[in-house]
Amino acid sequence: MSTTTAAHHDDHGHDSHGHPTGLMRWVKSTNHKDIGTMYLWFSFAMFMFAGALAMGIRAELFQPGLQFVQPDVFNQLTTLHGLIMIFGAIMPAFVGFANWQVPLMIGAPDMAFPRLNNMSFWLLIPAAILLLASFFVPGGAASGGWTMYPPLSVQGGMSVDMSILALHILGVSSIVGSINIITTIFNMRAPGMTLMKMPMFVWTWLITAYLLIAAMPVLAGALTMLITDRHFGTTFFNAAGGGDPVLFQHVFWFFGHPEVYIMILPAFGILSTIIPTFARKPLFGYASMVYATAAIAVLSFVVWAHHMFTTGMPVAGQLFFMYSTMLISVPTGVKVFNWLATMWKGSMTFETPMLFSVAVVFLFTIGGLTGLVCAILPVDIQLQDTYYVVAHFHYVLFSGAAMSIMGGVYYWLPKWTGHMYDEKLGKWHFWTTTIAFNVTFFPMHFTGLAGMPRRIPDYSQQFAEFNMISSLGAFALGISQLLFLYVVIKCVRGGTKATNQVWEGAHGLEWTVASPAPFHTFETPPQVK
Amino acid sequence: MNKKAIFFLGTALSSIASSAHAAYDLNLKAPVTEIAAQIFDLHMLIVWVCLAIFVVVFAVMFYSLYKHRKSVGHKAAQFHEHHTLEIVWTIIPALILIVMAVPATKTIFAMKDTSEADMTVKVTGYQWKWEYDYLDKNVKFISNLSTTQDQIENKAEKSENYLLEVDNPMVVPVGKKVRVVLTASDVIHAWWVPEFGVKQDAIPGFIKEVWFKAEKEGTYRGQCAELCGKNHGYMPIVVEVVSEEKYNDWLSAKAEEAAAGAAGADKEWTKDDLVANGKTVYEKNCAVCHQATGAGLPPAFPAITGGKITTGPIEGHLDIILNGKNVMPAWKALLNDVEIASVIAYERNALGNSVGDIIQPSAVKAARK
Amino acid sequence: MSQDTKNYYLPGPSFWPLIASISLFLLAGGFAMVLNKVAMGTPLMIAGGLSLAYLLFGWFKEVIGESVSKFYNKQVDISFRWGMGWFIFSEVMFFFGFFGALFYARNVSVPWLADAKLLWPNFVAGWPTSGPGITEAFTAMGPWGLPAINTLILLTSGATLTWAHWGLMKNQRTQLKVGLALTILLGAIFLYLQMHEYAEAGFTIKTGIYGATFYMLTGFHGLHVTMGAIMLAIILFRVMKGHFDSHDHFGFEAVAWYWHFVDVVWLFLFIFVYWL
Ligand code: HEA
Ligand code: HEA
Ligand code: CUA
Ligand SMILES: [Cu+2]
Repeated sequence: MSTTTAAHHDDHGHDSHGHPTGLMRWVKSTNHKDIGTMYLWFSFAMFMFAGALAMGIRAELFQPGLQFVQPDVFNQLTTLHGLIMIFGAIMPAFVGFANWQVPLMIGAPDMAFPRLNNMSFWLLIPAAILLLASFFVPGGAASGGWTMYPPLSVQGGMSVDMSILALHILGVSSIVGSINIITTIFNMRAPGMTLMKMPMFVWTWLITAYLLIAAMPVLAGALTMLITDRHFGTTFFNAAGGGDPVLFQHVFWFFGHPEVYIMILPAFGILSTIIPTFARKPLFGYASMVYATAAIAVLSFVVWAHHMFTTGMPVAGQLFFMYSTMLISVPTGVKVFNWLATMWKGSMTFETPMLFSVAVVFLFTIGGLTGLVCAILPVDIQLQDTYYVVAHFHYVLFSGAAMSIMGGVYYWLPKWTGHMYDEKLGKWHFWTTTIAFNVTFFPMHFTGLAGMPRRIPDYSQQFAEFNMISSLGAFALGISQLLFLYVVIKCVRGGTKATNQVWEGAHGLEWTVASPAPFHTFETPPQVK
Repeated sequence: MNKKAIFFLGTALSSIASSAHAAYDLNLKAPVTEIAAQIFDLHMLIVWVCLAIFVVVFAVMFYSLYKHRKSVGHKAAQFHEHHTLEIVWTIIPALILIVMAVPATKTIFAMKDTSEADMTVKVTGYQWKWEYDYLDKNVKFISNLSTTQDQIENKAEKSENYLLEVDNPMVVPVGKKVRVVLTASDVIHAWWVPEFGVKQDAIPGFIKEVWFKAEKEGTYRGQCAELCGKNHGYMPIVVEVVSEEKYNDWLSAKAEEAAAGAAGADKEWTKDDLVANGKTVYEKNCAVCHQATGAGLPPAFPAITGGKITTGPIEGHLDIILNGKNVMPAWKALLNDVEIASVIAYERNALGNSVGDIIQPSAVKAARK
Repeated sequence: MSQDTKNYYLPGPSFWPLIASISLFLLAGGFAMVLNKVAMGTPLMIAGGLSLAYLLFGWFKEVIGESVSKFYNKQVDISFRWGMGWFIFSEVMFFFGFFGALFYARNVSVPWLADAKLLWPNFVAGWPTSGPGITEAFTAMGPWGLPAINTLILLTSGATLTWAHWGLMKNQRTQLKVGLALTILLGAIFLYLQMHEYAEAGFTIKTGIYGATFYMLTGFHGLHVTMGAIMLAIILFRVMKGHFDSHDHFGFEAVAWYWHFVDVVWLFLFIFVYWL
């Protein structure tokens, strides 16, 4: 059994003691590295699909008037684009990183519950099938937006139920996954690896896992009420029965806002890992980074109604949520400043991972500041449900979350595959992505301010020019992601052999094991001084 | 598909060419109310502050990126803590935030104060139209998008106010405090006029209040700002701010219209007149869902042509139009007796149906109670 | 298989995760169909239910097997404790959502509706209510009587369970068995009375926000009691087979934690749903 054999295989493709090979290796896997790999490929596939939907959105918005899709189909594209990007692409990608890196970083032999770990992954598949299949049922996919506000979502057809149940399954997967991560971090650390010695990435994931177990069950509650309102005659969200449509929004955003930090904290962790490596200088203000992350997490549970400034809350509520939301800028700022201080007087080089990290610090801050603009309630009255919000959240989600994922992939790919990726192509991917991204989303600030609502298939002519620019940018952005796919495959296939250390300035346990990381690592725990 | 693609490219190129002399609006619309003006200034303040922060922070970063590179032989320092610094960059942002919060708070209180209004209008959102009800003036009408389907499908030249034009705009007097009480009949909509700095969700079963006081005459255009189904993008809001006397003329004109409609209810109508009249009513109100052809969009929106109800007993037909069912609104609140009788006649005797029977407006009137 | 418990036990390849995924797929897909009157639905759900039962049985059997063959060292035991603890926390958050809804309805939406005279001229705020649009009269559920008795029953069951635990610690197997059996019995009685209450209730889940919150909260609680009782039964069965000893019995404790959690939820239900 795995526990007894010391493992020293350079290629985890085949394994000497009774581990199934071929398909079964993946289906029955209880190995955190294989499971991590599956998570990462799954999320990449979903990214491609949801991205293709976005291409549909941009094609329709290329011009005023209806060109390609009918309005209801357009709403389906938007809804599924949002749902799949968030629950299918970004979240699983981060769990993939956690699976690969957390045990390696804390010197654990594997995750605490390897079988549950694999279950968390395999639950993604039925959820994905339900979401994709919902395009083909009568009436088409869900079209009420990823936020699924009733009463609109009560009107929808079978596809709404499919999406709801898909999210239920994803919820189970996330909860089990985060319990696994919390247990691993608290119970599987190598001797000497005290909490305050843990790599920042592990810290951010620990806190993210707590956000997940606290937020996901609440989403499950909201979805359950929605489904009973749809089919069993309850009136949670129906005024006639004493309920309130806005109640759903409260419950949803109580989950929804922590959710957005679930999608950014691990990204912060990745930055805090990459930047010190390429600045060849320890992370500045480690302790304050930990406290800032915790502060963000706590605050994220008391700001939810900033998504509901136009629902007509009483003044007291509006003020409270405006203040608490603004407050989140402070700990987030601390992180930004700490990253700058880490670069300061370093000895920097700019390999692809570092390029992505620097760009993320820069672009995420833009997204953060526009978020702050939205937080100013009277201003948000003008901005809510306009493209300004779309610009805001793509700056934090694409150039925040997605681009840190890309940076992280380039950073750890050599450790995962044993080969260096093609640096030249990597840089190409970086520059095309960064430029195309800004061409796509920067104009949306202007269309939003000028008054273009979101979730519309057609717009008045004053917005034509900027939308055309956005669309052209978006197509370029899409094509550059194909380049990413190519670079990754090329690196998996082969390339110059990676050293164990890989990066000159890299520190931490994961760099002490061979590249690619053997199938089993740290079965006899390392000593951390 | 192919033809589409060609059209697509063609128009693309042409509008790239035309975009040379196009208006690139970069900022919020020019305000015409006190609140909108406050919001405008508030936004400017925040933007400049954020811009300043941004420039300072990233000036530092880029300086460092430039100076502290390995390639220029910079050796890495090893410091990794500095408590005063940490405290400074926690305090300063906090202070900046307070600077922002103060004016914002003032504006919030101002926005919320709906007292001492000169007049009140009840605005109701429907899928996908707005109803304006001038309480205590018994003026009440529906406001529909007036852009033609052909323009939307690129079969006709797009008008200047494409998608921002309606058949019956809301009309209010200049310089008067108008209290708007908002609700919706089916799903959540949001009533938004950028120039007024007013955006408020219309929530079915609830009443939400907002107010505005337009300082400048003119026509102001907004859109529904909450996803409300397939035609969310097609339910604009148009408000005409006019002088006191123009407003009063308009009021009396509306009142006459209503009276005329009521009168029509009592006279006998011929089938052809009803069908003819019904065509306009149908295309204005019903075509969005059941389509101009009557084909509908099953399963959500059943077909009129050969439909169970439209070819069944006329009582059932009348009942569903009056009282609605699920997604189908209760039209008795929206259409007068003549309109309802007409549309029934049209649906039964046109659009490929020929049931033959009609119902008189008087009968509709009777059925209402 | 390794008997070496110095190392953290890492299970080998396993099919169970895939079975889990298939079961949930059948259940969810089937349910979506049932809700939308697609004939295929019911058979799919049945298949899903069966495979889920097979999964739970098989997976737990495997884990119990590993446990009795002493593969698990102290560290693994701690993992289980962390895992169970945070699982229960996630359950707490699930109920938190529904209690939040109840709170919001009573203190926010109902008063607001009463203020909206323009729409609901003669609706007055109050609790319990079925809202302005649902006018059939109904009789609400009072706290004294069945609910109070049920409260006593659950509290006692908590006590008997703890008593059983003492028995286990002191290696008095009979006390353990009797205690467990009593707990299960009390749980069953509670469920029976709960069903009786539903049958007698003067309102349904369709009775506006009151009916909705009432049945949603008590319903999910009842579901948890059922699961808890089943798990207790399994523990009793294992005790009969001589599993557990005075220092190594986390299986027992985990279920006990769960049972106490269900107790506490009930107390909140009694106060906020039945009483206030
Ligand atoms: C990764 C995801 C992510 C992140 C990190 C954030 C971060 C923030 N968001 Fe964002 N947000 C979304 C994802 C995210 N958001 C999404 C998806 C939506 C739309 C949902 C939907 O409707 O579909 C949304 C919508 C949204 C709204 C609602 C808009 C509307 O619908 O009307 C608001 C309003 O307050 C808001 C605010 C904020 C704020 C204040 C932050 C803050 O955390 C930002 C803090 C960061 C900074 C401020 C920059 C760095 C700080 C400094 C350099 C220090 C100095 C700065 C100052 C002192 C000013 N967001
Ligand atoms: C992390 C999340 C994430 C990410 C990464 C993205 C990525 C993108 N989003 Fe995203 N978006 C959301 C989350 C995200 N989005 C959310 C939550 C919403 C709100 C939904 C709602 O309102 O309910 C939204 C809404 C949204 C809108 C508003 C729709 C509307 O309001 O009607 C638009 C419009 O331009 C848009 C565009 C894009 C584009 C062009 C990309 C691009 O970055 C995508 C680039 C990637 C690819 C293109 C895939 C790779 C390439 C291929 C698959 C090959 C095919 C490519 C070509 C044919 C060129 N998104
Ligand atoms: Cu009405 Cu959107
Ligand atoms: Cu938020």
